[in-house]
Amino acid sequence: MTPSESKIEAQELGHEEAPTQRRRPFLVTIGRLLHHRLFLTGLCLFGVIVLAAAFAPLLAPEDPNRLAMRLKFLPPSAEHPFGTDNFGRSQWSRVIYGAQLSIAIGLAVVALNAVFGTLIGALAGYFRRLDNPVMRVNDALMAFPAIFLALGITAVLGPSTIDVVIALAVAYIPRTARIVRASVIVLREMEYVQAAVAAGAGHWRILRHHILPNAMAPLVVQLSFLFAYAVLSEATLSFLGLGAVPPTPTWGNIMAQGRQYMTEAPWIITVPGVALMITVLGLNLLGDGLRDVLDPRLRVQQ
Amino acid sequence: MSALIEATALEKHFAFGEGRLLSRRSGRLRAVDGVSLRIAHGETLGLVGESGCGKSTLGRLLIRLIEPTAGAIFFEGEEITRRPTKALREKRRAMQIIFQDPYGALNPRMRVEDIIMEPLLIHGAKSDGPTRQKVSEMLNLVGLPRHARDRFPHEFSGGQRQRIGIARALVLRPKLVVCDEPVSALDVSVQAQIVNLLQDLQGELRLTYLFIAHDLSVVKHISNRVAVMYLGKIVEVAEKRELYAKPLHPYTQALIAAVPVAHPGNRASARAARARVSGDVPSALHPPAGCRFHTRCPYVMTICRAEEPKITEPRAGHEVACHLVGSS
Repeated sequence: MTPSESKIEAQELGHEEAPTQRRRPFLVTIGRLLHHRLFLTGLCLFGVIVLAAAFAPLLAPEDPNRLAMRLKFLPPSAEHPFGTDNFGRSQWSRVIYGAQLSIAIGLAVVALNAVFGTLIGALAGYFRRLDNPVMRVNDALMAFPAIFLALGITAVLGPSTIDVVIALAVAYIPRTARIVRASVIVLREMEYVQAAVAAGAGHWRILRHHILPNAMAPLVVQLSFLFAYAVLSEATLSFLGLGAVPPTPTWGNIMAQGRQYMTEAPWIITVPGVALMITVLGLNLLGDGLRDVLDPRLRVQQ
Repeated sequence: MSALIEATALEKHFAFGEGRLLSRRSGRLRAVDGVSLRIAHGETLGLVGESGCGKSTLGRLLIRLIEPTAGAIFFEGEEITRRPTKALREKRRAMQIIFQDPYGALNPRMRVEDIIMEPLLIHGAKSDGPTRQKVSEMLNLVGLPRHARDRFPHEFSGGQRQRIGIARALVLRPKLVVCDEPVSALDVSVQAQIVNLLQDLQGELRLTYLFIAHDLSVVKHISNRVAVMYLGKIVEVAEKRELYAKPLHPYTQALIAAVPVAHPGNRASARAARARVSGDVPSALHPPAGCRFHTRCPYVMTICRAEEPKITEPRAGHEVACHLVGSS
């Protein structure tokens, strides 16, 4: 290397030493997210629900299933912030414990999708021979609207929390798998993957080090939206009587029950509805923010 | 000199299907169609041709990055054409590749040290002091500062990334390196640096290069011999000086005439005019019958449209596939 050349290169290197560029890509991403207003709004909205669920016993000391017929249909007051329902149970407790169940089911569905969606998508995308058989089964499952598929599965398995999780996971995994597969097919052809093949790397190493880490961005975005769908679908199923069995409070079954008393006690159906709305809105804003930051190509002009 | 790598009648066809709603046509793209070549220990064979002529495919075939449809590849006299992946691993140490695109060639989520270290780890090294020391030596060898190893690829310029790619390719101390247009994506000022670096490293590490490029000027600098490829076939191979001074194939003549010169007035304009070629490269899906160059050749004869020219060797070491040469 000639002296003049090293100087040029040194200058180039110096030029790119901007503060944000020097850190790990992961930290850069976190930094950008914390400057994204919609993401922060979503984080706050969703955060409220998650905190309420996490600290349910502290926030709502009153048993959500304690019946007190003489207290029924009390409107919101200092003692009962969200009023009471037709059995005199505290709406505050029921909605907060309902949040716990919604978040738990959402998390479980997201976790199952992250594992099986990634596995199926990665195998189908990476091994060409598996692609056709796996994706045709996938397409067949995707042909049913997710909620009908989940309805059918819970109808067969019977209403319980675990069955709802299984039903929603089966309904959404094909969609997640398709997204992962699409990324993997693009990444499979990258030259750094070719370089790893040329160096003698095996399939496992290539998937583990070169393909999956780079396929994470669209997956994370998908999972945040999926969380919202899962919470919404769980509410739908339990509204229809296919979710957790009463008296276990879920937003869906509280709303189903409040539907009958919509005129006399509108708070029964409204409160879980608003909680559901906050959760879904929060998660969607979160997902939008993640998408903007992780995948700038999809960024909407603002 | 004995051959380090030799290919005989190598072919790579890509099957494709053109899906219309009801009728489905399928065909084969003959990216590499019967190529034989040999590269001697320590030499640089330049491989030139227009985009899409199959030169990158040929480079990747030779080091078994893609599977050939037909033909045979011999590396140090051993056939490696059908060797299964596991048995090939030891040979892979000796055959590496440097890519064109310095952006796509480096995993954005790995630190430079991990990128350069990975081939060593694949071949059984532990991620420990001696291995890290090797990475530092490689960085030094390709002219990157030591602290580069803790950085991510996005922190480097195109030329620096290419150096990282070179370090990764050479860390296993390969014998053959396929340079797949290693400077085409770089600024002209950086191109010379990388070509010089490759030349220095060749001397130091006793490397053999297959140097792929789409123009003759870069190749002229670095090669010992040059092969010219057109639509999946090699049409002419010769020593560099011989090829540039006495190109026999009309396509080679046209390529040489197309190299920009600093003082166009000095050039024998007659030669440029003689070698003018018009039109586009025909589709590789439906290559012309006979000589593939006949659609654009200024000297086309009747035989060219009907019969494919055989490779002849009118002079020692100078091979060409052209009816003009065969008949004279």
